[in-house]
Amino acid sequence: MTMHVLHGGRDGLGSPSPLARLAPSRWDVVALPLVLGLLALLVFGGHEVAQPLSQLERTPITLDPWTLPYYALRTTLRMLAALGASLLFTLVYAPLAVKSQRAGQILIPALDILQSVPVLTYLSFTVTFFLGLFPGQVVGAELASIFAIFTSQAWNMTFSFYQSLRTVPSDLEEVCTGYHFSTWQRYWRLEVPFAIPGLVWNMMMSMSGGWFFVVAAEAVTVGSTTITLPGVGAYLALAIEQRDLGAIGWVILTMLGVIILYDQLLFRPLVAWADRFRADTVQAEERPTSWVLTMVERSTLFRTLGRPAGGAARATLRWRLPSLPKLPAPRLSPRAVRMGDYVWQGALAVMALYVAVHGIQFMATGITWGDVGHVVLLGLATMVRVVVLIVLAAVIWVPIGVMVGMRPRLAAIVQPLAQFLAAFPSNLFFPVAVAAIVHWTLNPDIWLSPLMILGTQWYILFNVVAGSQAYPVDLRDVIANLRLRGWKKWRDALLPGVFPHLVTGAITASGGAWNASIVAEAVSWGDTHVQARGLGAYIAQMTTDADFPRLVLGNVVMVCFVVLFNRLVWRPLYAYAERRLRVS
Amino acid sequence: MNLTPKSLRAAPGAHAPADLATAGVAPHGASSGPRPLPSGVPILTVKDVCKRYDADPDSPLVLDNVNMTVDRREIVALLGRSGSGKSTLLRIIAGLLSSTSGQVSVAGKPVSGPANDVAMVFQSFALFPWLTVLENVQVGLEARGVPPAEMRKRALAAIDLIGLDGFENAYPRELSGGMRQRVGFARALVLDPGILLLDEPFSALDVLTAETVRTDFLDLWGDGHLAIGAVLLVTHNIEEAVQMCDRILVMSSNPGRVAAEIEVTLPHPRVRTDPAFRQLVDHIYGLMTRRRKAAPGIAETLAAGLSLQLPHVSTNVLAGLMEMVDAEPHNGVADLPVISSALQMSTDDLLKVAETLQMLGFAEVVEGDIRLLPPARQFAQAELDVRKRLFADHLLQRIPLASHIRRVLQERPNHRAPRPRFETELEDHMSETAADETLKAMISWARYAEVFAYDGDTAQFHLDAEEEA
Ligand SMILES: Nc1ncnc2c1ncn2[C@@H]1O[C@H](COP(=O)(O)OP(=O)(O)OP(=O)(O)O)[C@@H](O)[C@H]1O
Ligand SMILES: [Mg+2]
Repeated sequence: MTMHVLHGGRDGLGSPSPLARLAPSRWDVVALPLVLGLLALLVFGGHEVAQPLSQLERTPITLDPWTLPYYALRTTLRMLAALGASLLFTLVYAPLAVKSQRAGQILIPALDILQSVPVLTYLSFTVTFFLGLFPGQVVGAELASIFAIFTSQAWNMTFSFYQSLRTVPSDLEEVCTGYHFSTWQRYWRLEVPFAIPGLVWNMMMSMSGGWFFVVAAEAVTVGSTTITLPGVGAYLALAIEQRDLGAIGWVILTMLGVIILYDQLLFRPLVAWADRFRADTVQAEERPTSWVLTMVERSTLFRTLGRPAGGAARATLRWRLPSLPKLPAPRLSPRAVRMGDYVWQGALAVMALYVAVHGIQFMATGITWGDVGHVVLLGLATMVRVVVLIVLAAVIWVPIGVMVGMRPRLAAIVQPLAQFLAAFPSNLFFPVAVAAIVHWTLNPDIWLSPLMILGTQWYILFNVVAGSQAYPVDLRDVIANLRLRGWKKWRDALLPGVFPHLVTGAITASGGAWNASIVAEAVSWGDTHVQARGLGAYIAQMTTDADFPRLVLGNVVMVCFVVLFNRLVWRPLYAYAERRLRVS
Repeated sequence: MNLTPKSLRAAPGAHAPADLATAGVAPHGASSGPRPLPSGVPILTVKDVCKRYDADPDSPLVLDNVNMTVDRREIVALLGRSGSGKSTLLRIIAGLLSSTSGQVSVAGKPVSGPANDVAMVFQSFALFPWLTVLENVQVGLEARGVPPAEMRKRALAAIDLIGLDGFENAYPRELSGGMRQRVGFARALVLDPGILLLDEPFSALDVLTAETVRTDFLDLWGDGHLAIGAVLLVTHNIEEAVQMCDRILVMSSNPGRVAAEIEVTLPHPRVRTDPAFRQLVDHIYGLMTRRRKAAPGIAETLAAGLSLQLPHVSTNVLAGLMEMVDAEPHNGVADLPVISSALQMSTDDLLKVAETLQMLGFAEVVEGDIRLLPPARQFAQAELDVRKRLFADHLLQRIPLASHIRRVLQERPNHRAPRPRFETELEDHMSETAADETLKAMISWARYAEVFAYDGDTAQFHLDAEEEA
């Protein structure tokens, strides 16, 4: 990663002799095999991708557990590629939105819309394009799949970066200006480092989201043919189709291993590394550590590799464009600037109108007003589900979270566990739900709903625990001193204290639930299909049917619901919590 | 007030480096160091600078026709109350802000955009937390495209000079405040700037640390180790200015102007307990309180109407000062510097409180003294409810905004009015932040005096329930 190279390879001052520098340290004993192993896997996986499509047909997915490590490798590489693409997208998109106010006026609302479009929709609209890029090659299908995963990862990372860019401390900005930093230097010396902690945290959340959708993203359907890419998701889909509980057990086990590996090899080092970019200048007592990061920093292998790369990266910071003769900046009057704004906003409105008209014309080819009413009702049904589930999850997790948060030792165990559970793709457990619903002939409209929040409820727990850990000690003493008890203690002291954190967690959980609805409202087990009435199930159905006008309609309604829900419920609630209830 | 260059002074600061013309030339061939100028050309010239933050010509003038010069080998202080525009002026000189009119030139070249020959040290240190001390010191050189080897050599030399040896690989969060500010100094010094701008560099440090960093800097300057042409120091600490500077420019506020200029010819090292030192401090204290127009008398406050800005000073503090001055040994009249050191309060904060009392008709502030008026002495000795009544009377008589809000509430049938109603009204006369502070002060005083109430949940003003009945 570029950023790492940039800041890595800090060399000590009393430079040791070149020979001493090259002497392997004991960390190299671990580093060398690890690097060689990872390289080999990368080459192997890359080779498999470069095959013609016919290869896939000759080797269909099997449920043999021994194939799982291979499938896991393919899925992991896909996820990694998507994460890299998301990072790249973030690093370009967010600065554009911040640096130009006018660009921001379309980029930010666009991001709002992009993140509320379900992943499946992206897949169905782009498959033909990606396959067309590499006709007859696996690469095309891979790209389509990676793109689908990308769409489940990129947006929240971009939002996080955007937020960071807007809150860069002004004194550091003045240093950059006063000391003549180039835009490039400012970007890498100030803006990116400042954003890293938030970005890393959001990468972890994105990864969790990605695992959830990887099942959907590995089956690429074009018209009547479906290309199934080898991977854990495809394995799971086959296991479901063949009602093989044993195979599902194997998948769960594999995922456990993969997530632990990801955590150890990627995220833990990232978190430990990101810690040095926290902008606060107080020294925390406990700082995250990672053996991988220590290895990277101490082993001669990485240092030897890192030094030239780091030097080259730093050299770019000294680059200057040849200084052009300074043109006198045209001093626009405020009125002229305002006129410019009106013109720009007018142009945007015309563009939006154009898109809207075309969209409506397209939809009008296949739908009636009756459809519209029907879909809005379905949207309401899904919304009721989301709201009820969030409330239920809050009722369950807030008391538990507060209890845990007040006990530091317990919190130290629960916190990573919640994070792990959030990362675990909960759809692995969906078959169990179907079996239960069929067995007891339960109402799917009610009993499928919990699946929507199965994966994201952990964010509520996680945030509430963090919130009550941050609960001021003196207020705790007051509670004890006044002998506040029972409901009064909760209402007057504890709930207001953790409320802002609860809202933060609930926003994440609710966003996830909306997205998950397309997977959770329609679930199968072999040839048993269970469906709840809701917008998610509708979109899933239209995707399978390739009924594009209705698919567009479903998505438009979904976007409207999510965006309005965020504006009318979450934003005011968040603002209220920030204003009134922030302790500290 | 127009200042003429002081280049003809016989004895510049006793501690000026022996030969700055050579010390000032960067030995590394970089184009950054100050070049020898024809003698008599000041390193910094500020001519007729005015500044408004708003493009609107009716918006408040922050700087009004400021003129000043700084010669080579000088340390000059800009001394002034909070809000007098010192930082604004400094940022204009550094090229970080543009002036509304007027001209700034550094080393003979007009400043437009970030200037090449200046380096700034910030009150908040403004270090990059993710860079080591060495990297932090190097960034300015990196921006100038200095090759790595030379960059490192120069940065190490600066680190060495400023007393940070051994901390090269530490991160700012591992350092104490004093050490962090030393990094701030090293980062500026390594560029060999023609003029070094210091924006209250010691005010975020505790008293002892500030003293150490200050004297260390003076020693380096005095021994001619610094390849910088001149220093411009912004401060509101009078003693600091007297201790460090060859010349002090006192700024008045609203709008910011250079109100007085004082030459300091005391020999170095300057001792704070020296009678001459004390006398000078007292003199400047007097100047700073006398020259202020913004502490208005009753006629002025009433004339100001709603454009009167209110400082957010707690009623507890107001009462505390009245009690203290009323009591022995002051008996109603006190010397502000004496109170300032007794209360461990900065000049600036104390003056703000004293002037609020003056605004409310409780005291007079003259020449560094505060004299309580009869109502204040009555206040100091009264019980709480009498105090509240007295305060309410003064508030309604002296502060037009108070009587205005109360009248609006009385006129309205439900005796309620939303906050934005007054906010927008105030913003016709002052900036958004000033309006906000004024309303905050109003609310807290009115709550104490019980002249009207404010409900933060609904953001509404209302008359007290008992009065409504
Ligand atoms: N960015 C800004 N926009 C609008 N007004 C500003 C801005 N910065 C400062 N001001 C106003 O300009 C005036 C002078 O501010 P400035 O910060 O220069 O004062 P100062 O003398 O440095 O005060 P202090 O001692 O508190 O640092 C103040 O009234 C302030 O409210
Ligand atoms: Mg200032």
